[in-house]
Amino acid sequence: MSTKFDVIKRRVKRVMLKSLPGMITCREFENFIVDYLEGTLPETQIKLLERHIKICRECKDYLAAYQLTTKLSAALKVAPDEPVPSDVPQDLIDAVANSVASSFNPPRQAKKDSSE
Amino acid sequence: MPVNQPKIIQEPRESIDIEKFIRENYGWMLALAESMLGERGTAEDTVQEALIKALNALPNFEHRSSVKTWLRRITVNQTITTMRKLKRLSEVTLDEHQPEFDNFGCRIEEKWDSFPTPEQLLEQKHTRQFIEKALKSLPQSYSIVVRLRDVEGYNTSEVADLLGVSESNVKVRLHRARSALKKILEPVLRREGAES
Ligand SMILES: [Zn+2]
Repeated sequence: MSTKFDVIKRRVKRVMLKSLPGMITCREFENFIVDYLEGTLPETQIKLLERHIKICRECKDYLAAYQLTTKLSAALKVAPDEPVPSDVPQDLIDAVANSVASSFNPPRQAKKDSSE
Repeated sequence: MPVNQPKIIQEPRESIDIEKFIRENYGWMLALAESMLGERGTAEDTVQEALIKALNALPNFEHRSSVKTWLRRITVNQTITTMRKLKRLSEVTLDEHQPEFDNFGCRIEEKWDSFPTPEQLLEQKHTRQFIEKALKSLPQSYSIVVRLRDVEGYNTSEVADLLGVSESNVKVRLHRARSALKKILEPVLRREGAES
């Protein structure tokens, strides 16, 4: 559903990205996104990215939608105050308690490293 | 760095009320493991293992983070171990729902008239379910990276450590997974943007 005007705009943009100094292509832009959002993209590349966005509506929209998605993912985090099911299985409590008790003697280092 | 956690955890193991500890933490640990694994049964076994590891390590806990943060990491770690055992993290390539470019390397992206805020979207009661479903539709080797980085909020190098892969590998997978999610969620984002 692109109009004639859109087609011309795309053509102009393509020429600008190709011929103007200090421009990056959409594909190069793509490779910068993760580092840009991490805050680890070098200053010179940030400038290139921001310059690209001024000319490229597509990448600007894409980045905004991408960022929105990233923020939405954060909403899935399970809160540590998640209501505890009243029925923590008694056999689980017993199994854990036994296992922990049996490793109690002799005293030793915490199981190598719990973060493995 | 202020340590605002209660001191009970430095007491000897006998004085730790194991049952209380389990009852306080089982619920969210199970929800967390289940969200990552996508099923209850293996999540229960995983949480049991995580609780044993945590309780064994608790006397040596060094307060470099809060107990919950520490316990969360143990749970995440144990869940990753389970996923590995079940061969859920095998490398596949995610080619679907990736960004599109024309023959000249210019991005193809339909115009967005407006963007809803995350808050507006989350007010809708199905949004969360929709995101969860979208994430579950990705291969687990990709969704795990989004869960660790964007959901749990670990930084890229922590995610690399947790998964035992390089940071650049994390970034590649993260980008592909986020791109796919954006594409899958797009109908919802656009509809809400149009209504607001
Ligand atoms: Zn572009």
